[in-house]
Amino acid sequence: MIDDFLLRALIAGVVIALAAAPLGCLVVWRRMAYFGDATGHAGLLGVALGLALGLPMTLGVAMLAGAMALVVTYMMQRGDYAVDTVLGVFAHSALAIGLVAASLLPGVRLNLMETLLGDILSVSWVDIWVISLGAVGILGVMAWRWRSLLNGTLSPELLVAEGGSLMWDRLIFTLTLAMFVALAMKLVGVLLITAMLILPAAAARTMARSPEQMVVFAGIIGVSAVAVGLGFSWVTDAPAGPSIVVMSSVGFVLSNLVKLFKN
Amino acid sequence: MALVTVEGVEVRVGNKRLLHDVDLRIEAGEIVTVIGPNGAGKSTLLKAIIGAIPISAGRIDKRAGMRIGYTPQKIHLEKTMPISVARFLSLAGRLPKGARADVLEKTDVARLRAAQMADLSGGELQRVLLARALLRRPDLLILDEPTQGLDQPAEARFYRLLAEVRKETGAAVLMVSHDLHVVMAQSDKVVCLNGHVCCSGAPAQVSADPSYKELFGARAELALYEHRHDHSHEGHTHD
Repeated sequence: MIDDFLLRALIAGVVIALAAAPLGCLVVWRRMAYFGDATGHAGLLGVALGLALGLPMTLGVAMLAGAMALVVTYMMQRGDYAVDTVLGVFAHSALAIGLVAASLLPGVRLNLMETLLGDILSVSWVDIWVISLGAVGILGVMAWRWRSLLNGTLSPELLVAEGGSLMWDRLIFTLTLAMFVALAMKLVGVLLITAMLILPAAAARTMARSPEQMVVFAGIIGVSAVAVGLGFSWVTDAPAGPSIVVMSSVGFVLSNLVKLFKN
Repeated sequence: MALVTVEGVEVRVGNKRLLHDVDLRIEAGEIVTVIGPNGAGKSTLLKAIIGAIPISAGRIDKRAGMRIGYTPQKIHLEKTMPISVARFLSLAGRLPKGARADVLEKTDVARLRAAQMADLSGGELQRVLLARALLRRPDLLILDEPTQGLDQPAEARFYRLLAEVRKETGAAVLMVSHDLHVVMAQSDKVVCLNGHVCCSGAPAQVSADPSYKELFGARAELALYEHRHDHSHEGHTHD
């Protein structure tokens, strides 16, 4: 008999892993891993503000992550600084401001460990509903805009020349990413959100021959990592979020080893 | 009505003015070639016309419903993205099967269909990009240095293919090129660009213009007789 909390964790984790698959591939293809970090770190400030204002955590995080995504996109477009500088400045500022705000705002008692690393074992059925709806939203947008997102990844100029809109491409990508951050926050925390995105995608790369294949493989690897990671955590009492990420990294190493031996 | 009308266009990036006071008209079926030294804003002009970078002054009018086929100067092929030539081409949108096969045949891309984009040679990639542009059944082909990185036989093949395509489809061409000899032989109109339009008009007109000679120096004299790939302009080399 599987424990109820474990079942909830499993469902939530699987749903998040599925939503992460297409987004994670796009993040890898567009070299925007650090962008995920910046949005994730803004989430910490979101948690603090949400607590201070009495808003649901996911809403606070979604708002802050969304705002961060827009500001960073705008700064990148302006081109005054190199992309990694912009992202570095915003990611670390958001993290630091979030920590300071959490200590200064009256009535806010932030569980730092939980915010940074998540607590997938404490998700409720309500959380699962919220996460599932959000994930369906993300996957729906991905499916609807997939061709355009691929074109924007391959060549922004080509996308525009063929009648697409660069602004929409960026907006859709950054806002779905922000939404993902808000959903994944409770599960794996600020520090490991990017890992949920890029590790399965990176592991899938060695086996895939098409963009869609890579998304499917990333989904399979992500879901497996959640299942094995939770099992591992249950047996050894290791923290669940990091255990899941560890399993993803094992998947990454294995897929590269297999490729190495094949050649 | 002209396909594209560019009037008094200025492009700024940050504090830098890349283009100013640029006027240009492209009529249906016409071949217009943009020449100029490195950093003259040639790619910038093309990107402004397709709408990929905003203009800070002036206006760009395009005929309503006009279809553009564009080949970028370079395409950033990320090694992390697995994608076959066939899938890449299908991203251009839907097209009747027969028309698609015809384009692939003509550009000699059919046999590359299963190859991964990242594994293509420079010449193959140029042909694939041209095929994608043609799949749009364009009224205007915008080609940004389409022969860059090709050896001379490949370059000659590319221009033959372009001439063929044009004869068949009647599409207008707006192209950036450094191949002065081809430019002078094949273009209807040449635009000599260096931040602004130094001179423009029919090839004969442009090659007689003092500002053209100033920009291209001795090479301009040779353009009709000889092809040389490397030359220098104001101390920096480009090809």
